Amino acid sequence: MRRQFVMLGILGLLLLALPWFANPYLLSVATLILYLAYTGQAWNVMMGFAGQLSLGHSLYVGVGAYASAALFVHYGIGPWAGVLMSIALCVALGAAIGFLAFRFGISGVYFALLTIAFCEFTRIGFDHLQWTGGSGGLFLKVAQRDQIDLANFRGPPAMYYYAILLLTALALLGCYYLLKSKAGYYWQAIRENEEAAQALGINTFRWKMLAVVISSAMTAVSGVFFAFYYNNLFPEQIFHISRSIEIILGPIIGGVGTLFGPILGAAVLTIVGDGITEILGALGWEIPGIKQVFYGIVMLLVIMFLPHGIWPPLARKLGLGK
Amino acid sequence: MLRVDGISKSFRGLKAVSQASFEVPGGAIVALIGPNGAGKTTCFNMIAGVFAPDSGQIDFENRKIQALRPDQVCVAGIGRTFQIVKPFAGLSVLDNVMVGSFLKEKTASGARNVAMAVLKKLHLDAKADLPASSLTLPDRKRLEVARALATRPKLLLLDEVMAGLRPTECDLMVEVFRDLNRSDGLTILLIEHVMRAVMALAQNIVVLHHGEIIARGAPAEVVRDPAVLECYLGEETEV
Repeated sequence: MRRQFVMLGILGLLLLALPWFANPYLLSVATLILYLAYTGQAWNVMMGFAGQLSLGHSLYVGVGAYASAALFVHYGIGPWAGVLMSIALCVALGAAIGFLAFRFGISGVYFALLTIAFCEFTRIGFDHLQWTGGSGGLFLKVAQRDQIDLANFRGPPAMYYYAILLLTALALLGCYYLLKSKAGYYWQAIRENEEAAQALGINTFRWKMLAVVISSAMTAVSGVFFAFYYNNLFPEQIFHISRSIEIILGPIIGGVGTLFGPILGAAVLTIVGDGITEILGALGWEIPGIKQVFYGIVMLLVIMFLPHGIWPPLARKLGLGK
Repeated sequence: MLRVDGISKSFRGLKAVSQASFEVPGGAIVALIGPNGAGKTTCFNMIAGVFAPDSGQIDFENRKIQALRPDQVCVAGIGRTFQIVKPFAGLSVLDNVMVGSFLKEKTASGARNVAMAVLKKLHLDAKADLPASSLTLPDRKRLEVARALATRPKLLLLDEVMAGLRPTECDLMVEVFRDLNRSDGLTILLIEHVMRAVMALAQNIVVLHHGEIIARGAPAEVVRDPAVLECYLGEETEV
């Protein structure tokens, strides 16, 4: 137990110190890793804890991003108020999807299909929504990168890095407490055997709804971060199913249902994925799509040799618990 | 405590249970027996809220429960085990039981204490940290019981928990249930094929055959009943 805290502390200090010695490229990679880690953690609440497979999580990223960005672009409302709007919208969407699915007993792959469907038609809807620029995209004015404007969440890359680091840390802490609480136990019971869970007095509908609500709220925040960090939003990009897949690859590689899996998975995938591209680029080989090929290979290896993800066996090696 | 009043259930025209009525008084141990396919588990599922009876009424502590969901039935005070065990395979034995004890406990430490006490009662405490998937079948049956007990029910429905146990293990379980019944005042309704356990535990037996109740009464009387002998124990037998 103590060992866990020491190692987590060392990792935390390293990450805190990173902007002092990292070049801009490294910092952007680290920001991307943390963004994927945080979003993966949010997805993990639904799938890893409660066993509800969402393959359309980019819906919440996109709606969260668009809501806060549109408020900012059209009315100059900063992201601190915008994030509340994003969360409210995403929670309403998540609750609607969850209600439809759980009320009518849609589960497993059919639930996954439903999440894809909602994400897809939201994408098509945004393609035609002129208020947010339609398929032409929505752009935030790129601010001066050397001044920190916290009220509008504009500033240098390091500010975004620290923001997403804080979010990832909070999500890890929050998930830790959730998993140790009644909610965590009930979710896992539902994941393992819903009928048995119900026989033990668990209102499975209510607890599954709670998982969806928490997960969609967390993902909404990641959308707001995305909007203000990347400054441009296109429906074809942000709602695309490949984005949903990207979100879930990290937790799957790292270990579905584990606390540290999403973080580890995001790091492994991004570092090695970008690393391969960089190395090949340095050798003079520009191979389009090599990253995706690599993702596929890693996925295959993990499924074959580490079906529970990288984290569980690694944690055992390091002498840590879950 | 539990009154089942003329419940019937058909599956696609096949009458699984028809017009079954029986009572389980508070503090009693009642056994529901009958040949395979007699409708015992269907009866259980109706009481536990898995599906509603086509007709008839189920009262628990003077409250109609036939329209309740399984979780509501559990909250009302009826715990159940499954004939085909359903452990939360990915969780430890202790965590399995904690899921049950969270019904009445708010905190994890409270739930853990209750769960450990229940595990001790069922002689599973030494295996608390093992994953449930590593348990043998008799231990999984015990885990089913432990999980149900952790919700602190007033009435416990046991669906063939003795099946597959060796005679000595069976006697040990009988002792556990006797003790729960005597010291904690737990009322028990059990489906059982192992007559050794039925005779040792039940004060009353209800016999189902083809969905109908053909006999009821004290164990010694029921096993001498000619109708029961014919359908269930065979025409000539020694008891």
